[in-house]
Amino acid sequence: MKIKQLSIFLENKRGRLYEALKALADAEINIRALSIADTSEFGILRMIVTDPEKGKEILEKNEFTVKLTNVIAMAVKDKPGGLAEALKHLYDNNVNIEYIYAFVEKSGEQAVVVLRTENLDKTIALLQEKNIKLLTWNDVLTL
Amino acid sequence: MYWNEELECLPLEKLREIQLQRLKDTVKKAYEKVPYYRRKFDEIGVTPDDIKTLNDIIHIPFTSKADLREVYPFGMFAVPLNEIVEIHMSSGTTGKPVVAGYTLQDIEIWGEVMARCLTMAGATKSDIVQVAYGYGLFTGGFGVHYGARKIGAMIVPASAGNTRRQIEIMRDFGTTILTCTPSYALYMAEVAQEMGIEPTTLKLKAGCFGAEMWTEAMRTEIERRFNLSAFNIYGLTEIIGPGVAHECTEKKGLHVFEDHFLVEVIDPDTGDPLPDGKRGELVLTTITREGMPMLRFRTRDITSIIRDKCPCGRTFLRIERIRGRTDDMIKVRGVMIFPYQIEKAILEVQGVEPHYQIIITRPQHLDEIEVMVEMSKETFSDEIKHLENLKKKLERRIEEITGIRVKVTLVEPKSLPRSEGKAKRIIDKRSLSE
Repeated sequence: MKIKQLSIFLENKRGRLYEALKALADAEINIRALSIADTSEFGILRMIVTDPEKGKEILEKNEFTVKLTNVIAMAVKDKPGGLAEALKHLYDNNVNIEYIYAFVEKSGEQAVVVLRTENLDKTIALLQEKNIKLLTWNDVLTL
Repeated sequence: MYWNEELECLPLEKLREIQLQRLKDTVKKAYEKVPYYRRKFDEIGVTPDDIKTLNDIIHIPFTSKADLREVYPFGMFAVPLNEIVEIHMSSGTTGKPVVAGYTLQDIEIWGEVMARCLTMAGATKSDIVQVAYGYGLFTGGFGVHYGARKIGAMIVPASAGNTRRQIEIMRDFGTTILTCTPSYALYMAEVAQEMGIEPTTLKLKAGCFGAEMWTEAMRTEIERRFNLSAFNIYGLTEIIGPGVAHECTEKKGLHVFEDHFLVEVIDPDTGDPLPDGKRGELVLTTITREGMPMLRFRTRDITSIIRDKCPCGRTFLRIERIRGRTDDMIKVRGVMIFPYQIEKAILEVQGVEPHYQIIITRPQHLDEIEVMVEMSKETFSDEIKHLENLKKKLERRIEEITGIRVKVTLVEPKSLPRSEGKAKRIIDKRSLSE
């Protein structure tokens, strides 16, 4: 149920984001979801891509600092309150979220939410209790 | 193992007696034979008769690299030119080169101190010593050569360069002792691997590495790559070349051959002597050299004196590993700081050999330091809070060590400039016209 996410350290410098994305494009790696966390000096680019291992290798060859991180991808109904409901259950059970980002799948019926918490196994169990659909790697590839 | 047990383990009282006699003789000869010294003595009204105890050395004026350049080429020689049998020269990257002249007796002494060094690293008559320091005007190659010859070891005078041949020779001859700069040793390990020769399969048992600044982390790396015991050697052309100081098997500081060289550590700013254990500029005086006596030569190397008795039995004091150059010293808000302090802080926090750059600015009448630290694979986390934590930890540790508050900026790997030789660690952007 854990999904591999590509995390990249980016200095706030002209062209670095483009260079990272270009390297992936040249290797024909497709990006499924993307988010950037930034501070005044640096940012972290987080991506779900079609081939994370190869993506890591390509980026490292291009002198980027890269890490593969486990995250959870869950599907929530694309309607008001869909995400809040899922998060309340985590909140009630004292699971803190490190970061979260979302995208809407092509059909537009459900939103995919990527999240990392301090305890992934506990999070998976809690979400499954609530019958929330967690995406497998195959689900991610067919999105 | 000693090369010269009697002298290396002299009772301190006896050693001081010999040193005082030799210092008196040297000062007298320098004053009489070298007009440059005489003028400097006369300027401040000091005569050789003022040297009554070893502590009186503080009355002698310092000699700097600039002094030696001024008298280029032969102005510091204390013997007629026909007594000089060999010349060496330091590279003149920052101005005119410095010339060193040796009499036959000086070469003899050079061989003696180098034989002591090699013996400390375990060399005997049965060893094969590969000299991969450069032969030529540079002192490295010949210095080690004279020492190894005194011991009677088999010398392979490979000189520096032609790395592939060096490695083939090590493999085919069964070299047991390697002498070169530490960075060259690491380079050789890499090339050996490229050639399909596993460096640990070579017969090397020890190495004497020096002629540049290096760290304990590099020692560990060299020892691991070659499976040998790495020793730190110190020396400089102005004093004699390699062979001024060397580590014994304790590897806790370098013994200075005090029967030939006198050691002081001073505050580089005031010139005042510093107490044992306190870091400052190393000042050396030769007390047996005939061709070119050096009185209180300011080496610009930063170290401290260790006077505790060494378990190896030698009575000579030790200096700690060279920590930097006074040229690298930066004064920020009135406080002296050295790049090695910042390096140490980063190493402690990150656990890896750091790449960093120090940038000093003066935005509003107050110095500010920014330390750019390259992110490493090991320390990268994809959570902002961990990275901000890392930054804070680095800032805190640097402040603890230097006493100065700095701003740390994390930058991408390999984004700081690399250079072939010395890395440019400091960029001082303060305008000094104010």
